[in-house]
Amino acid sequence: MGRYVIRRLLQMIPVFIGSTFLIFLMVYALGDPIAALFGDKAPDPATAARIRQELYLDKPLWLQYAHYMGQILTGDFGVAFNGQEVTELMADAFPVTVRLTLVAILFEIVIGVTLGLLSGLRRGRSLDTGVLLLTLIVVSVPTFVSGYVLQYLIGVKWAAVSPSVSPEAPFGELLLPGVVLALTSLAYVTRLTRTSIAENSRADYLRTAVAKGLPRHRVITRHLLRNSLIPVVTFIGTDIGALMGGAIVTERIFNIHGVGFQLYQGILRQNSPTVVGFVTILVIVFLMANLLVDLLYAVLDPRIRYA
Amino acid sequence: MPETPPAPSPDPPQGPPGPPYADPSDPNATITPGDGGAMTLATSDAATLENGPLPGGTGSGKARSLWSDAWHDLRRNPVFLVSALVIVFLLLIAIWPGLVASGNPLSCDLARAQDGPAPGHPFGFDTQGCDVYTRTVHGARASITVGVCATAGAALLGSVLGGLAGFYGGWWDALLSRLADIFFGIPIILGGLVFLSVVPSGSVWPVVGFIVLLGWPQISRIARGAVVGAKQHDYVQAARALGAGDARLLLRHIAPNAVAPVIVVATIALGTYIALEATLSFVGVGLRPPTVSWGIDISNASIQIRNAPHMLLWPAGALSVTVLAFIMLGDAVRDALDPKLR
Amino acid sequence: MTNTLLDVRDLRVEFRTRDGVAKAVNGVSYSVDAGETLAVLGESGSGKSVTAQAVMGILDSPPGRVTGGEVLFRGRDLLTMGAEDRRRIRGAKLAMIFQDALSALNPVMTVGAQLGEMYEVHEGMTRKDARARAVGLMDRVRIPAAAQRAGDYPHQFSGGMRQRIMIAMALALEPDLIIADEPTTALDVTVQAQVMDLLAELRNEYDMGLILITHDLGVVADVADRIAVMYAGRIVETAPVRELYAAPAHPYTKGLLESIPRLDRKGRELYAIKGMPPSLTAVPPGCPFNPRCPLARDVCRTDRPPLYDVAPGRGSACHFWKETLGEG
Repeated sequence: MGRYVIRRLLQMIPVFIGSTFLIFLMVYALGDPIAALFGDKAPDPATAARIRQELYLDKPLWLQYAHYMGQILTGDFGVAFNGQEVTELMADAFPVTVRLTLVAILFEIVIGVTLGLLSGLRRGRSLDTGVLLLTLIVVSVPTFVSGYVLQYLIGVKWAAVSPSVSPEAPFGELLLPGVVLALTSLAYVTRLTRTSIAENSRADYLRTAVAKGLPRHRVITRHLLRNSLIPVVTFIGTDIGALMGGAIVTERIFNIHGVGFQLYQGILRQNSPTVVGFVTILVIVFLMANLLVDLLYAVLDPRIRYA
Repeated sequence: MPETPPAPSPDPPQGPPGPPYADPSDPNATITPGDGGAMTLATSDAATLENGPLPGGTGSGKARSLWSDAWHDLRRNPVFLVSALVIVFLLLIAIWPGLVASGNPLSCDLARAQDGPAPGHPFGFDTQGCDVYTRTVHGARASITVGVCATAGAALLGSVLGGLAGFYGGWWDALLSRLADIFFGIPIILGGLVFLSVVPSGSVWPVVGFIVLLGWPQISRIARGAVVGAKQHDYVQAARALGAGDARLLLRHIAPNAVAPVIVVATIALGTYIALEATLSFVGVGLRPPTVSWGIDISNASIQIRNAPHMLLWPAGALSVTVLAFIMLGDAVRDALDPKLR
Repeated sequence: MTNTLLDVRDLRVEFRTRDGVAKAVNGVSYSVDAGETLAVLGESGSGKSVTAQAVMGILDSPPGRVTGGEVLFRGRDLLTMGAEDRRRIRGAKLAMIFQDALSALNPVMTVGAQLGEMYEVHEGMTRKDARARAVGLMDRVRIPAAAQRAGDYPHQFSGGMRQRIMIAMALALEPDLIIADEPTTALDVTVQAQVMDLLAELRNEYDMGLILITHDLGVVADVADRIAVMYAGRIVETAPVRELYAAPAHPYTKGLLESIPRLDRKGRELYAIKGMPPSLTAVPPGCPFNPRCPLARDVCRTDRPPLYDVAPGRGSACHFWKETLGEG
């Protein structure tokens, strides 16, 4: 098990370097950070040259990258457009996005698994067809559409919840944004659970469980769910990273000052340290979530553990 | 058939049997894509296709009967018929928007801004006083162009790279897998924000290019899996033993059997790419005016949703129906091609 | 009649498929007494496994459906019994062994837990006590180092050992009747014999009834008392095992026997039944075997033969059973 973890960690290093380098490349190579720094004003050539040297911009790209990563690894993420340390922005933004992600994941688990179980057990019946159709529709409506529509209906028209989120972003206010963020994944979890349940309910070992004379609830909880949830759990794990990165749209709709908001600001103002810094953290979160999923997989499925 | 024939397999070694889900010992399989949304849905659904007994698994002769079987199924599937009709309609208005909307989407009358439906203007007017109906019809072109071109590009690139990797294996395969991992490490909307914000043009081509760039690993993974699966079939081994060259093996024997999952994923991906384009346009980095796009219109309308929801709902509805049509089409095709569901 | 365990009467099962309704079981009747072994012989698709599944109440439904008949277990009809009563009988009084133990055992539960579950559910034992009993069971079916191996998962066992675990599971509550569905088909030939011997030994020890479903005539000869041969969802011949081997009364059985390679016929061409078993959605009229039968005449294509009484305890569904017997 330990060797497995180490091997997976080692495999992540090139992926980490590749992903961050790709982002770095896009931000630094395609845009001009100096021009961005000065906005509409024409930069003084001498100052520009000094900054260039300070930021290693006169060096080859890979050296710039190495320099930047070196700084990041020592905790120096640079300065944002408003003069704040990027790390300060992160300290404000990440807790909010983490809370939002938690709410979303909770919805995925509770609603997605329940719906998937129900429709998987009633494969081919009207409930199943209805759920399937609903998931297709949910997947088809882009988040920014469903976000605005739900915000309008629930937040404005019925005034059931506050349509925007205060800077403190307590859990209560994150319920609606959490649902919006979760929707697509929720539909996916539902379908995945359904497929998995339907597949496993035809499995031989399930027939054995019935032939053993086990009561139905025991057959479902001990044998069917336990096996069917393995792929679902792994999906939800990988989804953590994806949700955090994908919160840009949701955070914009509900005016949540989280990671997506800061990233968006960084991109608008072409502030490279903010963008690369946040993305680097997100990539790390994503990779860690993947590692976690791998380990979880091994815990849940003994066939992997001993392989 | 109610009874399965007895499997004459000898006592298998203690290795794990093929689990019903992706093989987790393969590091590729466990990293799921960064958008976490519909695209994942597409791939994993197709993964069941590729893991299962490959459709028509005994040669190109049978492969043909698989397709004709599938076609026979599809023709009687209302979901397929409805979504195909919608798509044909969308293609028509994307090519000739004048067929159903004779007006000019760019001629607007500020005096009528945010007005509701009026005679000759069934969907009302937007914030600029443009006719929402005309703009909604004309918006189809951008969405369909991005969807079709991006899917074609990603499918071509992905299936060639993935197919070759699956066929030859070795270092090329390993390299490609790592490369795909790198692209998966970047959440897709995030990547779009970063990549497209530095591209000055607001036309469809940078968006298409970006989607191909981040979309091909998905398809390549499916193609690779399908080819690896097809390669193991006895008839391929037999063809190789009979001296068939690599090119012949790939084109005549493997490709016809590996193409089904790719087609399914590509169809569903087309829908999600359209949604992605709209999302990128919505956040302001995708298409930009004067290109007429649903994403832009929805973004502009979102500010006024309390006063004039019709400005948002019509393009949003058109967008959702378009995405839904492609996803349902892909779903129907998958059902028809998946012999396990029969 | 007092010691009849299971009495299946005119059982009918249908499957709804894309190509129409498949009549998988078409009026099958058989009975098993305590301590008796009935072998049900047939090709794949003959309905032998479906019959067993219908008896156990584990048919995949949909698409499968019992459309008629009775399944009397100790005189009570399982088919009309309440679901809860039937569940109590399943596993406890009437147990089943499946062909492929690897897929029939839950991959993510230890075998100890899967065996112990029987005692927890049917006898309300604590998990700890159940576990101890499970180890005892594993000992009973001669799994070495049972106490340690109870914590292992199914994939960690060899095929033969896994099948022993299946047998242990069926045996757990000392049922009256065990249905073994091709218990050795998935195993190596050498292991097959060991597993078969174990099964026969345990049957004798506990005086159980045993229904042995197989397509392998070789397996049957040593263990079974009686044989029922199935073809296209029907029983075509039933007889005590020795009589059937000595003189089959149905051309299908005869064909099966002649298609076994025998040393004393070395050098001669091996007999093969021509043609294919019929599709269950389109069983030919008359005798279902007529298209493949060397004796087929006009009457076979029009009239479905009943199960004729050939001798006490013997039946054959062939219009020309006398001829078949005489030749044999």
